[in-house]
Amino acid sequence: MFSEFLQFLFTGITIGATYALVALGFTIIYNASHVINFAQGEFLMIGGMATVSFMGMGIPMFFAIILAVLLACLVGVALQRLAIAPAKNADVVTLIIITIGASIFIRGIAQVVWGKDYHVVPPFTGNEPIRLGGAVLNSQSLWVIGIGAVLVVALIVFFTRTLIGRAILGTSMNKLAAQLVGIKTQMVLMLAFGLSALLGSVAGVTVAPITFTSYDIGILLALKGFVAAAMGGLGSGLGAVVGGLLLGIVESMTAGYISSEYKDAVAFSMILLVLFFMPRGLFGGRTVERV
Amino acid sequence: MLQRFIDWRMNYVLVLAIIVFVVPLLMDNPFYFDLATQILIIAATVVGLNLLVGYAGQISLGHAGFYGMGAYFSAIATTTYNWPPLLAIVVAAAVVGLIAYVVGRPILRLKGHYLSMATLAVGFIIAIILNNESELTGGPDGMSVVPLSLFGWELSTFGLYSMFGFEIPGHIAWYLVAGVLLLVAVVVAQNIIDSPIGRALRSIHGSEIAARTVGVDTTHYKSLVFVVSAIYASVMGSVFAHFTGFITPAIAGFDYSIVLITMVVLGGMASPMGVILGAVVLKLMPQFLAGFQEYETAIFGFILMATMIFMPKGFYPTAMNALRRKLGRYSGGEA
Repeated sequence: MFSEFLQFLFTGITIGATYALVALGFTIIYNASHVINFAQGEFLMIGGMATVSFMGMGIPMFFAIILAVLLACLVGVALQRLAIAPAKNADVVTLIIITIGASIFIRGIAQVVWGKDYHVVPPFTGNEPIRLGGAVLNSQSLWVIGIGAVLVVALIVFFTRTLIGRAILGTSMNKLAAQLVGIKTQMVLMLAFGLSALLGSVAGVTVAPITFTSYDIGILLALKGFVAAAMGGLGSGLGAVVGGLLLGIVESMTAGYISSEYKDAVAFSMILLVLFFMPRGLFGGRTVERV
Repeated sequence: MLQRFIDWRMNYVLVLAIIVFVVPLLMDNPFYFDLATQILIIAATVVGLNLLVGYAGQISLGHAGFYGMGAYFSAIATTTYNWPPLLAIVVAAAVVGLIAYVVGRPILRLKGHYLSMATLAVGFIIAIILNNESELTGGPDGMSVVPLSLFGWELSTFGLYSMFGFEIPGHIAWYLVAGVLLLVAVVVAQNIIDSPIGRALRSIHGSEIAARTVGVDTTHYKSLVFVVSAIYASVMGSVFAHFTGFITPAIAGFDYSIVLITMVVLGGMASPMGVILGAVVLKLMPQFLAGFQEYETAIFGFILMATMIFMPKGFYPTAMNALRRKLGRYSGGEA
């Protein structure tokens, strides 16, 4: 009974850590540019798929992952330069459609390059499961949770202790003022997209040994990440992490105790409930609207 | 005479009517009629969605949910429970309208990305239910639907009908019915836009707070237009179900919601002709891209992206502005 619960909890935290990283990716881009990047899930796809193909070329796993992450960052920066920057005065709806167009485009290219099959990334370290309180914990799950935690801490340090991190924060608070004190906001925006791609692709490659990967995994992951980010309150880093973990755990509990068919509905029912009562999410910022 | 026509607020409806009824003279292949009828049906849906997105400035990323609900309500009522189709369409519209009202009240308080999130969630939940309740809906495999019929007179794409002394095959008859439906949809929408409701909606688009300050009951008007656009989707979804005779939950899914809102934005928000053009372009594009085979998806995404970057106002307003500049005269009216 308890071991069953523990099992669902482990699964939930693992997938929740992935959602949290996707949600953080949303948050960083949202803060820097007020764009919701629906192509966020494609970074996860690129992370997993490119690793598979670099390893297929005989490159050792560690370097294959680094190359894959670099590729994703490049795509992220290109996305900002070529698609978002030229449309800076567009409506919210128009920007949403641009990023959706970008995600369809990236998915289309991936389908041509990597085909429509599922691919497997080998686990980072061995296959032996760890037994804990009667539940089984996949060693790859520890990697997912561990890397997630390291990235979150690294982000906190980056945003509070480094000049570049503070420049990004400054730009997100007031773009004009940031420009006045000499921050190159254009650079900051590119950096935000690159950083967000880094988070996404790392999440994508660490979770790939558990979930498998294919050219079309991006959409649902992006939407779940968006749910997690909105649940925590758009723009809040803490909210993104809490939202992601909460979503992963509730989803896994639903699949285990109630119905696995309605697992995906949970995310969307939860976000509706949260927004009904807290229109700005759990950790949402100010409610004052400027006229 | 010409000036009066140019100033007439419904002048484009006449142009549209001429286009709709001239096009069949140029086509002879049933496949084209099938495609054209689908375009007309989806165009009418998008005209309704445009009231919400284009005029009131509210985003819906889940509108296919209402379309799918209308389609499935009609399909199940007529096929499983033998209701007459017309009754099913009307009851479906009422039920969907009620659901949209109940869901819309709390959702429409949200703004911007939170609103897109919430509408997306509603659409997703509807699609998941249609997918999973397979005893009722046939699940992911879909279900077949009986043809449209009115007082025992059945309209099927395979039938043959005599009208005004002409022999009209079923696929052309369906095209004409869908064409009339689109014209009705446009006239109703234009009347809403020109009524005080339309003015209230545009004031909400401009600035919701300003609208509220001058006494516009913004909550009321937003949920009203949400319900109206959901009813449009439901009715056209029902019609689509009877037309194709077979539906799958894909018509309620997220991808389809994106298709619908893209039609609105791509063609040109807040312009009925624009969104109809958007529907035509988006529905025809896969036909032209089919020759590129495996590159189809990538090219589609690229065109979508590029159009929105370079024509953020959409095709129709951009083309109209260029045309006006060419003619060297400025007209302030909405095209």
